Amino acid sequence: MELTGADIFVRCLADEGVEHLFGYPGGAALHLYDALYTQDKVQHILVRHEQGATHAADGYARSTGKPGVVLVTSGPGATNTVTGIATAYMDSIPLVVFTAQVASALIGDDAFQEVDSVGITRPCVKHNFLVRDVRDLAVTIKKAFYIATSGRPGPVVVDVPKDITANKTEYAYPETAFIRSYSPVKEGDPAQIKKGVELLLAAKRPMIYTGGGIVLGEASASLTAFVRELGYPITNTLMGLGSYPATDSLFLGMLGMHGTYEANMAMHECDVLLAVGARFDDRITGELAKFCPHARIVHVDVDPSSIGKTVPVEVSIVGDADTVLQDMMKRVKASDIKPDSQALKSWWQQIEEWRGLKCLTYQKSDELIKPQYVLEQLYELTGGDAYVTSDVGQHQMWTAQFYKFDQPRRWINSGGLGTMGFGLPAAMGVQFAHPEATVACVTGEASIQMCIQELSTCKQYALPIKVINLNNRYMGMVRQWQEFFYERRYSHSYMEALPDFTKLAESYGHVGFQITKPSDVEGVLKEALGMKDRLVFMDFITDQKENVFPMVAAGKGHHEMHLAPCNAVVPTDRELA
Amino acid sequence: MSDDRHIISILLENEAGALSRVAGLFSARGYNIQSLTVAPTEDETLSRMTIVTSGSERVIEQITKQLNKLVDVVRLVDLTEGPHIEREMMLIKVRAEGSLRDEVKRLVDIFRGRVIDVTDAFYTIEVTGTGSKLDAYLETLPTGSIMETVRSGVSGIARGERGLQV
Repeated sequence: MELTGADIFVRCLADEGVEHLFGYPGGAALHLYDALYTQDKVQHILVRHEQGATHAADGYARSTGKPGVVLVTSGPGATNTVTGIATAYMDSIPLVVFTAQVASALIGDDAFQEVDSVGITRPCVKHNFLVRDVRDLAVTIKKAFYIATSGRPGPVVVDVPKDITANKTEYAYPETAFIRSYSPVKEGDPAQIKKGVELLLAAKRPMIYTGGGIVLGEASASLTAFVRELGYPITNTLMGLGSYPATDSLFLGMLGMHGTYEANMAMHECDVLLAVGARFDDRITGELAKFCPHARIVHVDVDPSSIGKTVPVEVSIVGDADTVLQDMMKRVKASDIKPDSQALKSWWQQIEEWRGLKCLTYQKSDELIKPQYVLEQLYELTGGDAYVTSDVGQHQMWTAQFYKFDQPRRWINSGGLGTMGFGLPAAMGVQFAHPEATVACVTGEASIQMCIQELSTCKQYALPIKVINLNNRYMGMVRQWQEFFYERRYSHSYMEALPDFTKLAESYGHVGFQITKPSDVEGVLKEALGMKDRLVFMDFITDQKENVFPMVAAGKGHHEMHLAPCNAVVPTDRELA
Repeated sequence: MSDDRHIISILLENEAGALSRVAGLFSARGYNIQSLTVAPTEDETLSRMTIVTSGSERVIEQITKQLNKLVDVVRLVDLTEGPHIEREMMLIKVRAEGSLRDEVKRLVDIFRGRVIDVTDAFYTIEVTGTGSKLDAYLETLPTGSIMETVRSGVSGIARGERGLQV
């Protein structure tokens, strides 16, 4: 029997195992929406803005490992997804975004709600397609899911003209996709792995630095076993948090611009560095000329272009993180050479000295709510077991520093693109994927306003998200940079005319609290976390002047961190013995 | 590090948009393109593209890795890594009147070019060779005689058994 393109689309999603589709209808998408109306396999979630749909699908994908799926109309529907697509692209998140398009015959005529969606999204997708014939639709959809989820994952856009959704053909969903020009690597080269392991075992001051690739590659268990086998120190990037248990003693915390003193100093002074699923981003390396000056580097990544891109490496291993780590583990176990326990002991002594500085200490207060305190309380009260999304800025860094993630896929944030407005819609996607779990969205009064319309979606679908608004009346990270580097000229970083967030939350049908006293923080959090059936918006009025420390400023190396004022000593580069 | 000239030869899917993926990659990442040529091959599902670019060893490595990442790129080779042949074709319209007519014709013969169109006042000439040969030819023409030139950009192929196939 012949089906319309619209019915084929829905059948493909169902056969692909898609349970949730985040979207927003419009003219060019009407056939598709009509096909959705008459089925119940794929649940469509109506957002309030297409950007919200992409972030929600993104949160869904990050918290499950499954692709997030989006459907929007042509023109503005498509352009509104661009920020969300770019966000997913920078963090290698598998998304399949369907953009409806004007009818094939109208393409190029500046038709109503026409935009070149394939052209606009090209620089920020892993791949994209324009479907030109209904007979290609099912195969294209299969390819889109395959490309999005394999190798280094990423977003794929499928642009579907309206006539294609009305045309008919026989339906058959291919079981596999074959693309002759695309074959992601899985196994690492054994000779390179051997070299890497030998280098690691010969280290006197080893360091392991891993990123989002561990999460994406489901390599947490292998990584944890490998690191424990060696007894080497490990640090995670912002994107990698949770992929190694944060409460483990081998874990030195996050590294980079707002990384811990011990992680950054260990990076600076290590003699062998193993990087897995991390891409030596500028927020990680600081000034490249000062990066890991003593280290010989082994880099494992599924994407060859990530290797040697910014930092030259000695041993490059292209392969899937999990497979390579398991192969490395086998070699370590079979090797006659064992880690140098004497050297390792003195290296750990040095690290413990750095750790003893307690670089995340902050000035406690009885008067003003310290943002760090709110996050410590959140961590305690959720037992470290919540899914936590964040927006972008100071609150994001504090969450990364103070919420100790022991499991992957619990920490959901926009690392690469740094997209304000990400947190709330992402939390929706997480909550759809994990209806029973506690999902907290840590945000700020500036970020939250960028996608606040999604509070309405949360009401429609009864999503019991806990919004933790760290309200310091400033774009905090902008203010911090202006304080440090622009002689306190706070140009346009003060948030005037803020809404009453409590009333705003209430007007959307949620519960709102405003918290102004440190002594109320714990009680309100407890109460809110106890409300399992509704969204609670907590507006914490926090200390306006709090800054994120440590900080590696632009042009500085890891050893040149600014520490919090209460950590008086500012370290300088030491000569190694 | 010196910025050496490289000729990258690419087999890519003969799909709409494939060219803009490659061109977009170069502009988005700030790589330089000196010339780019593309046309379908004997297998109509494939196009063959030749890009002339320059950069340090690290930049060229990134260029080839980033190109390989494009889903439409089937295979590629940096021709300048081995013995290869490169050719470029140029069409030149030259003013050729009076005594100039013989002089221009002689120069065409010396450079093994051909006059492919003749009018009272103009010759249209076809010359094929390496880029530097074409440059040299242009320099020999009398000042002010060139009306217009069109160059194809470089096409290249590896010598001997080495080749770029699916």
